[in-house]
Amino acid sequence: MSELGPSGLPVPTPNPNLETQRFWDATAEDRLELPRCDDCDHVVWYPRERCDQCGSTSLTWFEASGRGTVYSCTVTRRIPGSWRAAAPFVLAYVELDEGPRVVTNIVGCDPETVHIGQPVQAVFDPTPDGPALLRFTPA
Amino acid sequence: MPPVTIRGKALIAGAYEHPGRELPDRTLPQIHAEVAAGALADAGLSLSDVDAYYSAGDAPGFGALSMVEYLGLDCSYIDDTETGGSAYLVHAQHAAAAIAAGHVNVALITLAGKPRTGGAGPGGSARFSSAPEASFENQFGMSVPGGYALAAARHMHEFGTTSEQLAEVKVAASTHAQHNPNAFLQDVVTVDEVVSSPMISDPLHRLDCCVITDGGGALVLVSEAVAASLDRHCVPVLGTGTSIKHTSGGRIDLSHTGASRSGPLAFAEAGLTPADIDYVSIYDSFTITVLMTLEDLGFCAKGDGGRFVSDGALQAPGGVLPFNTDGGGLCNNHPANRGGMTKVIEAVRQLRGEAHAAVQVPDCELALAHGTGGSLATRMGSATLVMGRSS
Ligand SMILES: [Zn+2]
Repeated sequence: MSELGPSGLPVPTPNPNLETQRFWDATAEDRLELPRCDDCDHVVWYPRERCDQCGSTSLTWFEASGRGTVYSCTVTRRIPGSWRAAAPFVLAYVELDEGPRVVTNIVGCDPETVHIGQPVQAVFDPTPDGPALLRFTPA
Repeated sequence: MPPVTIRGKALIAGAYEHPGRELPDRTLPQIHAEVAAGALADAGLSLSDVDAYYSAGDAPGFGALSMVEYLGLDCSYIDDTETGGSAYLVHAQHAAAAIAAGHVNVALITLAGKPRTGGAGPGGSARFSSAPEASFENQFGMSVPGGYALAAARHMHEFGTTSEQLAEVKVAASTHAQHNPNAFLQDVVTVDEVVSSPMISDPLHRLDCCVITDGGGALVLVSEAVAASLDRHCVPVLGTGTSIKHTSGGRIDLSHTGASRSGPLAFAEAGLTPADIDYVSIYDSFTITVLMTLEDLGFCAKGDGGRFVSDGALQAPGGVLPFNTDGGGLCNNHPANRGGMTKVIEAVRQLRGEAHAAVQVPDCELALAHGTGGSLATRMGSATLVMGRSS
């Protein structure tokens, strides 16, 4: 994958399906939308048409804040394959203010400065086919 | 009615580790066949005695369907349970249950792989790309070391664990591997050498990572009646536990592994506690895997793993808790990128008194083997076996 997003990292195209199309459509418009359970208020991640906490299939999409905190992070310095040229880069879990902890990259900063507990804000890194990848930058 | 137990109802009669670490001239089915023959010969049994076959994702083609045919077996019981590197301990649990229920007399479990010379990258499986989480995790440069590094970084943040403490795990493994002529890495390393080796994904250095090797291994589990007919020292399975730990709808807990559930299940079935155990084989894909697993199995308090592994605690034969006396995945062997099989094999060697003399634990009566599959703390299959010296 030679293509890089505005963040400077690869932007591999995701595979939206019937359950996740709405999430990916929102990212194309720089919005983070998540499904929330109508029965128990659980915000479900990864997106699916089923609450993993109570089994309900009644969920409603809402626009999330895009704010979060670094839960864990690593500077990947050596990696084989298509990401080799992107190293060093920050692989992280970000805890969204709405609850879920998501796999992502922290971009737009010196990788050595990223740390657990750091406040971050969503950025949307467009892929060639429309949907954007949910990445984060220091808030 | 008393609770049904499999305690002592099944015994490990055969255990075999392929001596090869680079096998460019073998096919995958050939390696499965070689380890099957090795384990059956160890037990004093033959292919025609096998009535149950167990394989995981490393088996080619249609798994057990393909391999039962290739091996020429006649089976009335099969199991293709796939939990990554821990699958072979899950198989042992399932085989023990099937034997206890009277469905099976002789169970064969095989593992084989060629990640070193066969061209396949570490860990890969085509069906991962169709997993429901794939597009939400695979787009960000996630790697096996990267995933484990995220758990290590969090452990350091929460508990103050240091790189030097993680390095102690590798140092102990290398101290054992010097006595294993088949070990892929046989040189003893120091803490300084580990922490000054190239950083792969912070905080994991190259020497925090396991080896990549071809090879395989096999186990034969038998009923008490079959065991009584054999000349070989058979090792009873006393307790088993399996757990799947996952991301819980995105509420990922990086601080604990599935061992915190599989361990207590295995100890309860065995009627034992961690203090009773003389030797442990702990899955060591990375140094952090060992440290967190030891905590979660109850060998030390949560968060104390770093302090626990310091000062030679894991070194055989004199340490508080000798571990991975074959050199483990960190130094000896990690066939097919799946280390669970070799964990059981070395535990059997210890209980039989057949480990290398330099690392044999004196009077080893109770041993534990633990497998980890998948990633660490996020989506993983954990399995624990407690075994005794003799029936
Ligand atoms: Zn719900």
